[in-house]
Amino acid sequence: MKVFIDPPNSMVLFDLVERFGHEPLSSMAVIQEKIDNIEVDMPPMNVTLDDVVRGLKYAGVEVPSGIRGRMSLWGPMIEAADAAIIIDNAPFSFGCVGCDRSNELTKYLIHRRGIPALTVKYPTDEAEAKIMVGQIKDFLGGLKQ
Amino acid sequence: MSTIRIAQLSCGTEYSGVQFEIESAARAVGAKIVYPDVSYSQVKEALDRFGFKPKSTQLQLMIARAMSLADRKFEADAVFITTCFRCAEAALVRNELRRFIQENTRLPVVTYSFTERLKAAQLLTRMEALVTIVTRKELLARERQSGITAGIDSGSSTTKAVIMENNKIIGKDWTPSGAVVVETAEQVLANAMKEAGVEMKDIEAMGTTGYGRFTVGKHFNCKLIQEELTVNSKGAVWLANRQRGEATIIDIGGMDNKAITVRDGIPDNFTMGGICAGASGRFLQMTANRLKIDIQDLGAMAVKGNWANAKMNSYCSVFGIQDLVTSLGEGKKFEDVAAAACHSVAEQVYEQQLQEIDVRHPIIEVGGTSLISGLVKAVGEVLGEEPIVPPHSQYIGAVGGALLSSGFL
Repeated sequence: MKVFIDPPNSMVLFDLVERFGHEPLSSMAVIQEKIDNIEVDMPPMNVTLDDVVRGLKYAGVEVPSGIRGRMSLWGPMIEAADAAIIIDNAPFSFGCVGCDRSNELTKYLIHRRGIPALTVKYPTDEAEAKIMVGQIKDFLGGLKQ
Repeated sequence: MSTIRIAQLSCGTEYSGVQFEIESAARAVGAKIVYPDVSYSQVKEALDRFGFKPKSTQLQLMIARAMSLADRKFEADAVFITTCFRCAEAALVRNELRRFIQENTRLPVVTYSFTERLKAAQLLTRMEALVTIVTRKELLARERQSGITAGIDSGSSTTKAVIMENNKIIGKDWTPSGAVVVETAEQVLANAMKEAGVEMKDIEAMGTTGYGRFTVGKHFNCKLIQEELTVNSKGAVWLANRQRGEATIIDIGGMDNKAITVRDGIPDNFTMGGICAGASGRFLQMTANRLKIDIQDLGAMAVKGNWANAKMNSYCSVFGIQDLVTSLGEGKKFEDVAAAACHSVAEQVYEQQLQEIDVRHPIIEVGGTSLISGLVKAVGEVLGEEPIVPPHSQYIGAVGGALLSSGFL
């Protein structure tokens, strides 16, 4: 199943989803696609004006362009996801999109879709980390293929 | 008739000094602003249910109030959702709450982002439309015109008149609006009556809308004097023969634009104006003047051009014309420049206005600018769907006025 991860660029979550037999929907994949396969030159991530305009599907023109640009990447993945895993209060070293408004909207869009979603707190020690991984493993294991 | 209760869901109105203006606008149309009561504990519960957890606590309160309306814990007739202009978090919450209210209630809703310069007059048409939708449900449900009635649309750019008899248009006329709205209205009405072969004594009822509606309505003793959002919607669905089901009506006017979603011909959400002249019919008129062609010929010329060949990305009529002059100076083809002007208007309407509503299908494009084929093509390209342009699409207001006024017979 397609599992959206939040933060969308978390390598740890990406690895866990893949390891437990599902397809992670992450920013790495979508940005790699834009860099490798699309003939535009808008470094570093090839996010173009057209992308930002497409982001209007998720947030109105009054919402700053950075949020709309981000949502043009995450939004279609949330729409395609069968499930989602959200890490609450993660430090930015764990994965971060750099914008709290984008985070709020991302979480809301997941909620609105009504797909199975697991929200877990970021662990502060090893014991909590093991619990978190256990929760994610159980959640992913419970998803029907 | 009891006072119409408009539930206000807002953030920042008190500290922006505009709350008084909002309440004045509501009072002016016989309505009252009310605030759904919620307890502190309900706020947390509402946030968990809604799924959007803004950092601003007044936005949290907005969500709890919306939940209270959806759960029928608080009675209201309509909803006004408003937040500060340029607050990103508020803009996100405002739009999602608008969608939530529409999905969970049958209440008409309007959204608005304000600055500290908001005056009651800017809200009057919106508030009036909310009140009309609530108080005139039966009249708005009318699908057939009966008897002999007239409709006058006293618009900012043009004035239109239509005579209808037994659900058919039998006379019509339009002309650019003059300085004295009554004189222009008399002129188009006389021409429409001449075409219809009727006299004033034959007209059983008259309805009027548009900017000059109060003056025109008083002069002709109209039975119906109503804002253009509801009247134009009725005219549009009647002309397009889409009276049942859902639709989106786009009316790019001479001075402001309207985007209205309707269900069975009755609006339940709309946005209006509030954007630059560069996104209105006025900009196309300026473009036609610069190209020294008639506005009627601009559309056909634009259809033959490619907008991508001429740079036109200023969101302002003044700088837009500068872009146009630059393109012409570079020797671009007139067709490409005309297409770029149409594309620019369509793009701006999409980016700045259609984000405040959820576009429903089909899309019906109306108003005088719908006769500019290049603009219709551009709207279709931007929206990814060809709009329906009904016959006599410039007469929506007048047709709506004639149709609805027959409800008073």
